Amino acid sequence: MAGTNGFSVSGYGPQRGGLWSQLSARDSVVRRLDWPLLLCAFLLSGIGALLVWSATRGRTELTGGDPYDFLFRHILNTGIGIALMIATVWLGHRTLRGAVPVLYGISVLLIVLVLTPLGATINGAHAWIVIGGGFSIQPSEFVKITIILGMAMLLASRVDAGDLAHPDHRTVAKSLGIAVLPMAIVMLMPDLGSVMVMVVIMLGVLLASGAPNRWILGLIGSGVAGAVLVTALGLLDEYQINRFAAFANPELDPAGVGYNTNQARIAIGSGGLLGTGLFKGSQTTGQFVPEQQTDFVFTVAGEELGFVGAGLILVLLGVVLWRACRIARETTELYGTIVAAGIIAWFAFQSFENIGMTLGIMPVAGLPLPFVSYGGSSMFAVWVAIGLLQSIRVQRPMSA
Amino acid sequence: MSNIPETGRTPRVQIRLVVIQVLVFSLLLTLGGRLWYLQIRNGQEYTDEAKNNGVQRVVQPAVRGSILDARGVPLADNETRLVVSASRTELMKMRDDGKGVLTRLAEVLDMKPREVQDKVRLCDAKTGKPCWNGSPYQPIPVTDEATTQQALQIRERAEDFPGITAEPTAVRRYTAPGKANTAQVLGYLSPVTDGEIEEAKDTESPFLRSDQVGRSGLERTYDNALRGKAGITRYEVDNLGRVIGEAERDKAQPGANLVTSIDARVQAVAEYELNEAMKAARKEIDKNNTGKNYKADAGAVVVMENKTGRVISMASLPTYDPNAWVGGISGKDYARLTDKRSNYPLLNRGIQSQAAPGSIFKVISSTAAVNAGYDFDGNYPCPSSLSFGGREFKNFESRGYGVIDLGRALEVSCDTVYYGLAHQEWLNDGGINPKKKPDDWFYKTAHQFGLGAKTGIDLPNEVGGRVPDRQWKQSYWEQLKDTWCKEGKKGGTYVEQIAFENCLEGNRMRAGDSVNYSIGQGDTLVTPIQMASIYAAISNGGTMYRPTVGKAVISADGKSVREIKPERAAKLPMDAATNKKINDALAGVATRGSAAWRFGGWPQDRIPMHAKTGTAEVYGKQTTSWFASYTDDYTIVMTISQGGTGSGASGPAVRKIYEAMYGLDEKGGQDLKRALLPAPQKALPRIGADGSIDAPGIKPYKPRKPLPPQTQQAAATTGDRRPGTLPDTSLRLAAATARRD
Repeated sequence: MAGTNGFSVSGYGPQRGGLWSQLSARDSVVRRLDWPLLLCAFLLSGIGALLVWSATRGRTELTGGDPYDFLFRHILNTGIGIALMIATVWLGHRTLRGAVPVLYGISVLLIVLVLTPLGATINGAHAWIVIGGGFSIQPSEFVKITIILGMAMLLASRVDAGDLAHPDHRTVAKSLGIAVLPMAIVMLMPDLGSVMVMVVIMLGVLLASGAPNRWILGLIGSGVAGAVLVTALGLLDEYQINRFAAFANPELDPAGVGYNTNQARIAIGSGGLLGTGLFKGSQTTGQFVPEQQTDFVFTVAGEELGFVGAGLILVLLGVVLWRACRIARETTELYGTIVAAGIIAWFAFQSFENIGMTLGIMPVAGLPLPFVSYGGSSMFAVWVAIGLLQSIRVQRPMSA
Repeated sequence: MSNIPETGRTPRVQIRLVVIQVLVFSLLLTLGGRLWYLQIRNGQEYTDEAKNNGVQRVVQPAVRGSILDARGVPLADNETRLVVSASRTELMKMRDDGKGVLTRLAEVLDMKPREVQDKVRLCDAKTGKPCWNGSPYQPIPVTDEATTQQALQIRERAEDFPGITAEPTAVRRYTAPGKANTAQVLGYLSPVTDGEIEEAKDTESPFLRSDQVGRSGLERTYDNALRGKAGITRYEVDNLGRVIGEAERDKAQPGANLVTSIDARVQAVAEYELNEAMKAARKEIDKNNTGKNYKADAGAVVVMENKTGRVISMASLPTYDPNAWVGGISGKDYARLTDKRSNYPLLNRGIQSQAAPGSIFKVISSTAAVNAGYDFDGNYPCPSSLSFGGREFKNFESRGYGVIDLGRALEVSCDTVYYGLAHQEWLNDGGINPKKKPDDWFYKTAHQFGLGAKTGIDLPNEVGGRVPDRQWKQSYWEQLKDTWCKEGKKGGTYVEQIAFENCLEGNRMRAGDSVNYSIGQGDTLVTPIQMASIYAAISNGGTMYRPTVGKAVISADGKSVREIKPERAAKLPMDAATNKKINDALAGVATRGSAAWRFGGWPQDRIPMHAKTGTAEVYGKQTTSWFASYTDDYTIVMTISQGGTGSGASGPAVRKIYEAMYGLDEKGGQDLKRALLPAPQKALPRIGADGSIDAPGIKPYKPRKPLPPQTQQAAATTGDRRPGTLPDTSLRLAAATARRD
C-alpha cells in the first residue's frame, strides 16, 4: 500500500538495498522516527518495570517465590511490544489500512470468545482469555486499536480521496456502528473501564475526523443520558456502583473499593517530595494496596519515588501525548490524523483515569496505566499504537 | 518542521486538534496539581497515617514488682497460673450471645453457668457485682485457677470454645508469709477502666487495656513504681498481618520492688495478738454499761519506729484474704467484703477508724496545761468528782487521790485534775460568752499534736479525725440545728432534752464540752496512726515524723534504689523539760500506774516501758479500748472497738508483741536469739541483677504458752483493778452530753 495517495517515501520499503544503509540514510525511517516519543515510551516502560518489580517482589502468591518474576515478565512484554511496534512501522499504517477489516473482525471474534466458556474472570471482570502456560490475553485492549483503525478507515476514505471536505452523516453513523458493536460486547463482560475508554476514543476520533458538530454534541449528550439511564434502570451490579462512588467517599465500600482508594491515597501521600526510595515504601512492602502492579502501579511511584518520580511519569506521559498531538497535526492525510487523535484520546483518558483513581479524583476502574502497568495485552497494544504513530510520522507526505 | 506542506486539512479539523491538545494537557495538569496537593501539601498527614497503617503493636505486659517486708520477705509477688478468658467481642458475634459456649465452659471448669455468665457481663449502674469493669475489648478472665487438665480440654476442643483462651499468666499473689496477711496495708488490684486509660493517655505511664491498677493500700500508693512499663514491640505488618519488619521495640520494664518497713514476723504477731485480745474481750461481760459480753467487733494495732515514723506493723480486724481479688473477685466474696454484717474488712482501721481517744489524750491535755502556764509539778486537787453547771463529772469509779501533780495525774489517770484545769481555762476564755480571741489552749495544742488532720502516711484514704473546737461546733450546729430543734423537747426523754439543749446553744462551747474534751471523751476523734505518731514523738524528744510504710523502691534488677527517707512533719509543742516529765510519768503508768498490773516482771531497767491506757465512751455502744505505749525504739498503739478498757483488753496483747520483738519471756528474761526485732532494721534487702531477692526464711509465730489460767483470768475479770494499782481511766459520765460515735 506504500505510495498510495501519490506520495513516495524514500528510504522506506523492505526490498531496497542493505539494512544498514537503509537505516543510516539521511532520509531513512530510523532518522525520521519521532525519537522523543520513542524514548519517553521506553522510559515509561522501564520505570514501569521497576515499579512492578517493587510491587511484586514480596508477593510470593503471585511470583511463586521468584522476586524477579514480574520484572522479567514486564521486560519481556516490553520487548515484545517494541517488536510489535517495529513490525507496525515496517508494515506501515497504510499497509495495515487494507487489513483493518480483517483485524477488526479478529478482535471482535476474540471478545466474543471471552463471553464463551473460554473466557476467564479476573477481578470481577470477565475480560480475559486464558491461553495456558500462565498467559492470558485481554482482547479488549486490542479492540481499542481496531476501533480506532476501523473508524478512521471509514471516516477518512472519502475525505482523503478528495470527495468530501468532511465525513457525511452516513459515514459517521457507520463508523459509530463499528465502535458500538465491540463496546456492547465489552459492556457485557462487564469491563466498564474499557467501555469508558472506548467512548472517549470514539469522541476523539469523531472530533479529529471533522464530523459535524451535532454528532459530537449528540454523542456527549447520549453518553450522559446513557449513564443516567443505566444507573436508573439498575443495569449495573451493586459492586460497580459502589466502586464508582467510593472514590469520593471511601465509607461507601470500606472493605472494597473504599479500602483501595484509601490505601492508595495513603501510599501516594506518604511519599512526599522525594519518596521513601525504591523498595522502601511501607505501604508497598506491606502490600496494603491491592492490584498494585497493574491498576494501582502509580501508587508505587508515588510512595517510593515521591512527587519527583510520580511527576516524572506525568511529564513523560505529557511528552508522549505532545509528540502524538504534533504527529496528528503534521500529517496531511485525515486517516493518519484520525488514528493519531484516537490514540491520543485513548492514552490521555486511560492515563487520567488510572492516575486519577489512585489520587482519589476519579472513580476506580480496572484500567492499566499505559507502558507502566504490568500486563501483556495492554503493553502490546500501547506499543502497537506507538508503532502506528511512528508510521504516520515516517510516512507523512513530504514536500520535495 | 518548516517543510510542512500545505495540507488540504480544513480549519475545522485543525481547530479541533488544538482543542484535543488543550483538553489533554489540562487533564495532565489536573493530575499534577492533585499530586502536589497529596504529596507536598498534605504529605505529613498521610505519612503519619502510613506509619500507623502497617504497624501492629504487640504488648508484653510488665511483671508487677513485689512488695517486700523490711528484710526482703515478699508480702505480695506473682505466680504463674492458667487463666481462662473469654473474648466478649467474639461471644457477641454468636447467635445466642455466646450462652452455649459459656455453658459448655462452665461444665469444663466445674462452675455454674450463671457464675460464668456473671463474670463476663459488663458493669453498669444496674448491674451488681460480679461484673467486668475493664474494657469490653479485652479478654475477660473467667478463672485463674484452671487445672492443666481443664486448659487442655479447652485448647483441644477449640472449635467448641470459640473466643475462649487458656493461657499461663502472671497473677498477683499475696503470700501472707508466716501468716502475716497484711491485707489492708497491701491493698488490691483491679482492671483498669476506660476512664483511667483516657486520663493517663498522654502521661508518661499510659495504661494498657490489660493493665491491673492498684485500688487500695500500698498497691495504690506505689502503683506507678510497681506497675513498670509494658513492652511494646511495633511490628511492621502487611495487609494480612504478616510481619515484614520490626519498627520499634520498647522493652518491657518490670515493675520495681517496694521494700516496706513492715516486718512480716512482727506483723504476724500483731495480727495474731490483736485477734486473741478481741477473742478474750468477747468473753468479758460489760458490767458497767450493757451488762452483755463485749462485742469487740473491730480492732487495730500500729507498731512504729520512734526515730523514723516507719510502720513496722499495721494490723486491722476484721480482715480478709486479699487473694480474693486476684483474677476478678467473685460475687460472693465481694458481697462478703462489703456487707455490713462483716463490718467492712476492707477498711484499714489503723488509718481509717476514728474514735474518741479516752485517756491516752491526757498527754495532750497535760502539755496544753503547761503551755497555758500551769506548773507541771504544781498541786492539783483530784477529788472523786467535780460539778460544773449543775452536772456532776466523776472520776473513774468515783475515786479521789487528794492533791497531786500532773505527772501523778497521768499515772493514775485522774480525770478531775484535768476537769479542773479545763474548766479554769474555759472560764479564762470567757465561759459561755467567750472573749473575742479566746486562747483555747486545749484545742490549739491538740491541733499542734496533729489531731484533726491526716498524718500523710503513704497509704490512701487516710482520715484525719476531729478536734471539736469552737469552729467545728459552729459548723456542726449549723448542719444539725434544724433536726435538733425539731426533735428537742424541754423536759422530755434524755435524748429529747439533749437535742433541746443542742438546739439552743449547740454552737457554743459549754463548760461540759470543755471539761469532757480534756480527758479525750466527747466529740474528739483520732486514728491509731495519729496516736502512734504522737507517742513516738514524745519518746524521741518531740519530733513528729510523717508515718511511712514504704522504705525504698528498688528496681527489678536491684541497680536503682530510691530510698524513702523519714520526713519530719512537726515538732511537738513542748519543751525538753516537759517532755522529760511526761516521759517519766508514762513510765510510771507502766510501773505503778494504770497499766502496771499488765507489766509485772517487765525488765524496766533494760527496756524502759512507757504506756497510757484509755477507755473511750461511745454513745449507744460499748467502750473503745485504747492502749498507747513505747520503748526507746518502738511505739505500739492498739485499739479495740467495743472492747472494754484499755489495759484490760489491749494491754496483754501489746505486751506480747513487745516480748516477741525483744525476745522476752514473761518474767523479763531476754533471749536475743528468739528476738524478732531487738533493734530497728536499717539495711535494705539485697536484690540481685537477675531479680532474685535475698530474703530470709520465716517461721510462723508460735505464741507463748499462756500463764496459768487463774492469774490471767483474775487479771482480766477484775476489770481494771489489781492490788496496789489504780483504776483505768475510764470515766463514766453520769450525765454527759450526747455523744456521737
